[in-house]
This record gives sequence, C-alpha cells and structure tokens, in this order.
Amino acid sequence: MAKNDLIGDSIWEQYSKKVQDLMNNPENMGEITEEETQKKGLKLVVADFGAESCGDAVRLYWAVDEKTDTIKDVKFKSFGCGTAIASSDTMAKLCKNKTVDEAVKITNIDVEFAMRDNPDTPAVPPQKMHCSVMAYDVIKAAAASYKGVDIDSFENEIIVCECARVSLGTIKEVIKINDLNTVEEITSYTKAGAFCKSCIKPGGHEEKKYYLVDILRDTRKEMKIKKMSDLADARILKKSSELSFDDFTVVQKLKAVEDVIDKDIRPMLIMDGGNLEILDIKDSDDGSIDIYIRYLGACSGCASSSTGTLFSIESILQENCSKKIRVLPI
Amino acid sequence: MRVYLDNNATTIIDPKVFAKMKPYFIQEYGNPNSLHDFGTKTHVALKKAMNQLYIGLNADDKDDIVITSCATESNNWILKSIYYDHILNCKKNHIITTKVEHPSVISTCKFLETLGVEVTYLPVNKKGIIETHVLESHITDKTALVSIMWVNNQTGMIFPIKEISQICKKANVLFHSDAVQAVGKIPINLKEIDIDFLSFSAHKFHGPKGVGGLFIKNSQALTPLLHGGEHMGGRRSGTLNVPGIIGMGEALELSIENFNSKNSNIKKLRDTLEDEILKLDDVFVVGDKNERTPNTILVSLKGVEGEAMIWDLNKNGIAASTGSACASEFLESNSVMDAIGAEKNLAHTALRLSLSHFTTKEEIDYTVKKLNSAVKRLRAISSTYSYAPNWHESKL
Repeated sequence: MAKNDLIGDSIWEQYSKKVQDLMNNPENMGEITEEETQKKGLKLVVADFGAESCGDAVRLYWAVDEKTDTIKDVKFKSFGCGTAIASSDTMAKLCKNKTVDEAVKITNIDVEFAMRDNPDTPAVPPQKMHCSVMAYDVIKAAAASYKGVDIDSFENEIIVCECARVSLGTIKEVIKINDLNTVEEITSYTKAGAFCKSCIKPGGHEEKKYYLVDILRDTRKEMKIKKMSDLADARILKKSSELSFDDFTVVQKLKAVEDVIDKDIRPMLIMDGGNLEILDIKDSDDGSIDIYIRYLGACSGCASSSTGTLFSIESILQENCSKKIRVLPI
Repeated sequence: MRVYLDNNATTIIDPKVFAKMKPYFIQEYGNPNSLHDFGTKTHVALKKAMNQLYIGLNADDKDDIVITSCATESNNWILKSIYYDHILNCKKNHIITTKVEHPSVISTCKFLETLGVEVTYLPVNKKGIIETHVLESHITDKTALVSIMWVNNQTGMIFPIKEISQICKKANVLFHSDAVQAVGKIPINLKEIDIDFLSFSAHKFHGPKGVGGLFIKNSQALTPLLHGGEHMGGRRSGTLNVPGIIGMGEALELSIENFNSKNSNIKKLRDTLEDEILKLDDVFVVGDKNERTPNTILVSLKGVEGEAMIWDLNKNGIAASTGSACASEFLESNSVMDAIGAEKNLAHTALRLSLSHFTTKEEIDYTVKKLNSAVKRLRAISSTYSYAPNWHESKL
C-alpha cells in the first residue's frame, strides 16, 4: 500500500487499446458449421471450456486440414466479460494457420502479450489475467478432441498458478533455496498469486487443487524435518564438531550430554562410589545452556560435589559440547 | 445522452439542497462550538436540519440522531460498541446478522469474530429476504444484538423490519438496522417500529457525501467510536460538518415530499423499464415489484455477462451496475446472488438499474433502446447461444 493504491484505478482504465477494440468488435467471433467444413474437405472440431455459472465460458471452432494437421479457420463464441471476449478473439487469431501441435504450445501468457499496446505495459489489470487462461485451456480441449487423447496429456507438470503458469516444483524450489517464509515472498519471487489470487488460499475466484498457503506450510515442514534429520545424520557420522551444539534440539542436546557423561564423567564418579543423573536442560534467558543434575550415591553430600567435582564436570561438558553450558546441581 | 441509473450507489445532490448548503461553505463557515458570531450564526440552520431529520424518521425527542461521517461509520460504531458495552466482560457473546449485509457490517462482524464474538450470518430465501422464523430460531440468551438491513442494496427487496423488531423486543435483544437503502426511498416511522439503532447516509437520497447518522432509541448509552471534544453532546466527536448536516436535513425533507407527491413517477418509470426488459427472452427479475423499493431492478439476462453489459451501456452513456463477480476488484462472487442461490447463473448475468426522481421518461425510453441492442450484440457473441453440430457433447 502506498500513494498509488489509496485511490485505485478503475479496471477499465487498465485495459489496453487493443483489448478495448476487441471487446467492441471481436474479429473472429462466430461459428463454423459442419456443412461448411464438409464442403471444403476439412474436419470440424468443436471444444467447450468453462460454464456460465463460473462466469466464463468459451466455445471454439476449428476447421482442420487432416492431411497437414493445419488449422485453416478459427471462430469462437464466448460468454464472459470484455477481457474474456478479447482473449478468446486473440487466441483464435493466434491459432489460425498453425498445426494442431503448434497451437497447443500457445499459452495464456502469449495471448496476453499479443493484446499489449506496447511490450512493457500489461494488456489487462492483474485480476483479469485469469480470463486469458480459459483461452489457453480451450485450445488444449480442441487439440485433445482432434487427436482423441486426454486433455491432461498436454500438461507434464502440475501448474499451481495458471495466470502466471508457475508449477508446483518451481514454487517448492524457491521456498527451499531462498528460505521463504511468506506467500508475499513467493509471489515476488515467482509471480504466482500476483494475478487473480485464486491460488493463494481457498475461497477465491475458483477452487484449486493446490494453494500457496498449503504449499508454503508443507514445504516449511519438510525443510524442518530435513534439517533435523541432517543434524541426526551428522551426529551418527561423528561429525558433531562441525555442527553447533547450540542449534541442537533439546533431545539432541540431552543425548550429546549423556554421551559425554557416560564416556568421560560417570566412570570417574563410579570409582568413588557415586553417580549423577540429568534432570533437565534449558536455554536460559541470559544465553547460557543450563543443565540441572542430581548427585547419587557417595557423591551426594560429598564436599567436593559443589566445588572441584562440579568444576571438572562443567569444564568437560564445556569442552566437548558448548562453552555456554552451566551445570547446576539440585 | 447521459443517463444515470446507479442511484443505489450514490445520487446527484438535489440542486435545492446544494443551494441551502452553499452559504455554509463560504459565508457562515465558523465552528459551531465557537463563542463568536461566526460560530453561533450556524446554530439556527443546524437546529432546523436536526429537526428535519427527526421529522423525516419520525423520531421522538427523547431519541438521539447522532451525525456521523457516513453509514459505514454508523455501522462500525454500533457493532463495536455493542462489543464494548454488552459483550466484553458480560455474559452475552453473540451477534446475529445476515449474509447479504453491506461490507461495513460483514467486515466489522468478521473483525469481532477475531475477538471471540460469535456471529450468525442468516441466509435469505429465494426472494432474497430474511424469513423471521429463521431469525427466531437463532436467538439465544447469549444474543446481544440483531443487525439486519432494512432494504437490500442489490435487489431493493424490503425486509420485514416490523416483524423483526417485534421478535427482538419479545426476546429482549437489541436491534440495529442499516437503513441506507430505505431512508429517503420509503416511509420510515421510528415511533411505530421499535428499533434501537438505525444507520443512514445522506448521499443515497440526494444529499452530500461524507455525512450520515446513527439513530439511538431513548438516547441509550453507547461507548463512542470517536473520542474527543464535546460535539454531538459528547456522543460523536469531530468538528460538525455544518454544510453536510444542513444538506442532509434538507435532502431528507425533499425526498419525503417527493415520495409522498402524487406527481412522483419514479415507480411508474421503474415499472415501465422493467416491463420492457421482461419482453426479452430468458430474463428474470428478482422479487415482486411491490416488495421492493420503487427505484430498483435487479435483472438476470441469460447469456450476457454483467460486466460486458455495463461496458456496452457505458459506451452509450448509461450508468448501471452489476452484481457480477468479474467486475469487482477481487473477483469475489456476490453474496446476494450466492444467497438467493436458486439461479447460479444469476451471479454473473445480473444487471442492477436504480432510478431516482430525477430520472425522466426520455431517459428510460433511450435506455430501453440501448439495452435491447446491447443484449442482442452480447448474445450474438455468447457461447450460451451458439451452434454445435449434433455429435458435439456440450460442456457449457
């Protein structure tokens, strides 16, 4: 939020001249009938996408030359706002004289780009980018119908944000590499969620299978588990010196301290008929790591247990684990 | 030709109202709280305006009509103060409202939910109105307030406010009504209908923007929303909007004169427009004519998306509005349309036309002509009315 957001622009003011012209006079609007294609020896393909109850619907007609797979003529009919009409019209224009395989490669981003007045200014405001997605989807539906295959076979990755065409893989990768913590960060790194916002969280314009909030939470969880298991692996590989004891979880700290006590402290105490047990480990407010212990056997009541013995236990732990350790007998 | 048929959004200031306001911008501009003549010279006009408001709403002298900046402020005030005065540290914890309220009610209720208040959002029936037995079934001994609009802004449907007020009285629950779309359009008699709080706004009835009010029955206690000086008897601080208050009083008086006048043709023109639209195929108007405010039509035009429709009308100089999700900044579907539920397509094919008593016969004739050609053009483009060979399995 800043000066330019306080009194927002009208969405209509943000439509390019091309979009406005196509809204008023779509060039490829119309129908192709079975009769016409039969006369010309072409195959009629009809594909639908969307529904009136969703706010956007388009019917696409292709007349295809089956010998060359070339789309000879294209028409459309569209229920939707002006940008949906303009996007459908542009999509129809882009399909013309392409082979079916070439047409499938046209994306909503190509459609939006073709409607720009100049290359640097978007043709539609962010929330209207969504309208061009339907133009892309209906091409796939037409190609699937022509080739007799499933529409999903044209998409080899999971697209989370259809407006900006950002895949699930990309989103997870940027979260991990850049250690992202918020959806806003994901949007600024990838543009996912910058347009119609449906993919951010449930309750938007359309229902999605994947939402950025869930992907972020799950990926952060994955990252945390990965970090913990890396730490555990490092400990097993006796590389603990490379890791900071201070970053261990409480359980890991306890294990590390127990190991040192078993190896270097307990044998010494047992020789004198004593022992100790660990009661608790806490990160204290002043930055030290407090280990609460209780002496057992001969140690309890021994004069040295609060002076010399304590001092040597603390120094052994400080040397092996962390300088921050403070041992507190109870 | 320019035709303004979006009077439920805002209205033109009646030139007679503007004339009354003008001297208080440039001649008598003093602060009414000052001791000198510049200030005190405003008092006569302010008192007259307050009197016009009391008469206009038929409020009792024991009641308060506190001037605010708009109905959004009035709605925020009542809801937040019910929280301070009747929920926080009290046994009550429940507010009942509807799914079709203005965002200033819905958003404030959502905010109160984050503070732990329980809010029930009542659905409306297929006609778009609240059924009183549904309200009754949700009132409990925890309910602190019922807040239900008098008239819906999208459909113009008039809610059964008298019955609702009786239910609230019987259950001993406070009742607030957002009457923004009712005041100035239909008679309001607050001596006859027992309402505790009522919000309204001047710019919906040919008064200026930036001034509204909250009616408070029997001057009952309510923590202020704006703390400060002793304005409005300490109930709402901030230097009085002198021209605004004078304009609102005058506008309300004129509106009432207008809807009581035999010469008023607003309903006649609305009905003409509606009858002409109903001659088209595949159209559907929400609610019976007599159950609505006399100025509003919400029509669904099959196969014609709302934003595309207002684009075409706007090209012809006609201002209307749509409940279409596509036209909103956030593409959120419209709550009234969702609530009406029966026709899912309505959410995207709705067109709202709202007249005022400044609307003329010529303007309506022109609108009918242009609307017909827009429907024709957009249906020619629409996939809803498109050809498919008989082997094609339609997915639309």
